[in-house]
Amino acid sequence: MVVLLLSLLMKVTDNNVAYVADLANLELTEEERAHMLRDLNSILEYIERLSELETDKVAPMAQVSDRYGVDDSRQGSDRFAYAIREDVKEGLRKSLPHDDALKNAPDTDGTFFEVPKVIER
Amino acid sequence: MTAGKEIAGKINTVGLTIDEIRGAITEDRTTATALATEFYDRIRKEDSEIGAFLTLCEERALKQAGLIDQMAAEGQPLPPLAGVPVAIKDVMVTRGVRTTAGSKILDNFIPPYDCTAVARLEAAGAVILGKLNCDEFAMGSSTENSAYHAVHNPRDKSRVPGGSSGGSAAAVAAEMAVATLGSDTGGSIRQPASFCGVVGLKPTYGRVSRYGLIAFASSLDHIGPFAKTVKDVALVLRTIAGRDPMDSTSADVPVPDYVAELERPVRGSGEALKIGVAKEYFGSGLDPEVRAAVEAAIQKLAELGCEVVPVSLPHTEYAIPAYYIVATAEASSNLARYDGVRYGFRAKSATLSEMYRLSRDGGFGMEVKRRIMLGTYALSAGYYDAYYLKAQKVRTLLTRDFDDAFKKVDVIAAPTCPTPAFRLGEKVNDPLAMYLADIYTVTANLAGIPGISVPCGENHEKLPIGLQLFARHFDEVTLLRVAHTYEQARSSLVVGRSSLVARSRVPALDLLL
Repeated sequence: MVVLLLSLLMKVTDNNVAYVADLANLELTEEERAHMLRDLNSILEYIERLSELETDKVAPMAQVSDRYGVDDSRQGSDRFAYAIREDVKEGLRKSLPHDDALKNAPDTDGTFFEVPKVIER
Repeated sequence: MTAGKEIAGKINTVGLTIDEIRGAITEDRTTATALATEFYDRIRKEDSEIGAFLTLCEERALKQAGLIDQMAAEGQPLPPLAGVPVAIKDVMVTRGVRTTAGSKILDNFIPPYDCTAVARLEAAGAVILGKLNCDEFAMGSSTENSAYHAVHNPRDKSRVPGGSSGGSAAAVAAEMAVATLGSDTGGSIRQPASFCGVVGLKPTYGRVSRYGLIAFASSLDHIGPFAKTVKDVALVLRTIAGRDPMDSTSADVPVPDYVAELERPVRGSGEALKIGVAKEYFGSGLDPEVRAAVEAAIQKLAELGCEVVPVSLPHTEYAIPAYYIVATAEASSNLARYDGVRYGFRAKSATLSEMYRLSRDGGFGMEVKRRIMLGTYALSAGYYDAYYLKAQKVRTLLTRDFDDAFKKVDVIAAPTCPTPAFRLGEKVNDPLAMYLADIYTVTANLAGIPGISVPCGENHEKLPIGLQLFARHFDEVTLLRVAHTYEQARSSLVVGRSSLVARSRVPALDLLL
């Protein structure tokens, strides 16, 4: 009975955890999944209080830079001119030399990054 | 001179500030090389008990010190941070010097370029001693989530230094660097500064380039300095601030001379600066000794000529839930790049998809996985509107709270943290309790306003307490000026209840009770 009540109170289920882990490219051990189920539920329960706020007419805020950069007198992408630069060959710095770019690779043939065979799961 | 202080050349290196170093090198009382050598000696002797450093870069440091000493020998004018021993949180990349972000997934990562803030420090003459320990990918409030080892608070080694920039705060507190850089996504500079009794500044979003900062939550991440004094923090900010074409969110706003403005009186011939106090930052959960120390600091600011005014930040209680949705959503996206293909840890597997999963499983620690899971959940089909979009709207409300308050006041004063440093292990198994340690700091990240933590006393166990100040976007000048004025006056202040009883209280403080 107690177990049943608990499971009714929980928002996130075992299936959710497995599905989200899959989306996030994580495997997780049995033990980690159990922890995750408990932790996500306790955190989401706390986050639930956001629903107390009426926000239908509030615009979402994705970032701060719009406050000082955006030019509202202009149209379309010109509004974001502050973040735009000339599109030049080699950009702001030269591309990394090939060898430097490969230096940290776990596996390489000297020209490309090497990975295991790509097989559909 | 106190016994036990150490001498490099003819100057004292305990309590040493940036201010003193350039003069000492110019006047031949010490050399950059002697300073670097002495700081390395201290790190080797004392860091085994603190755990602030993950990697030392002695070769790079001594080469830089040599260049400064050569300039001095030739009588050339020295750059502003000439010979200053600094250290960098290990979430900022350093060319040729291992950079781990406190994670096993980057255990062997040697970056091919320098973070802009690091490059600017070095160009200004600073000597980079090494890389500092932190919570894995800056996710944590105690530095116990480092995949390497915990950091012990130099003021009480049984306690955490705070986090995620625990190594940066501890290194300054233990005199293992004169200044350090940290990063602050939800309080990760200000909270450890408060716990370790040093000064820590989170500048305005866009004030300092994030190029080369390993991303946790891009709309909330900030780089900022730690030091022993507000003036030193101002000197470092001046060096690292300003537009960087490599970061499109870095603002094209002129960088003022913060140091020149520090001494301007808070009460000029005209009006006094107005300090806002919000009751939402003095509610339940605030430790009584922290409250007393912060109230005494506000009282002191009033005595120094500031006008204390009550303000309201009504959505404060929604900051932590909104923050943990926005931050984890951005993190789940940013951390998708760690897949074992181009750099970092790779698990052996027969197929590509299995390699991705096993590499991430083996490379990430539990808190990082928890946040990736939460963020992925909040962004997944069916939950996006209820969680992510909702949190972004609440972010607007929180930002409006500050906009409204800053129509009335120039600076807002609050505690940095609800408690002094907690014990190692105390909150490690309760993620929500750990998240609540950031309750007074996350708001500034969501709104993008600058915030600073300045020491304002100690509790009965001699644990430091931090006063937090906020200011308007890009008004670090006023923020630093108020912080400096308080810091200078504090030496004459007796902290605690008794000092309040003895004085008539500012009326605005009574509204808090």
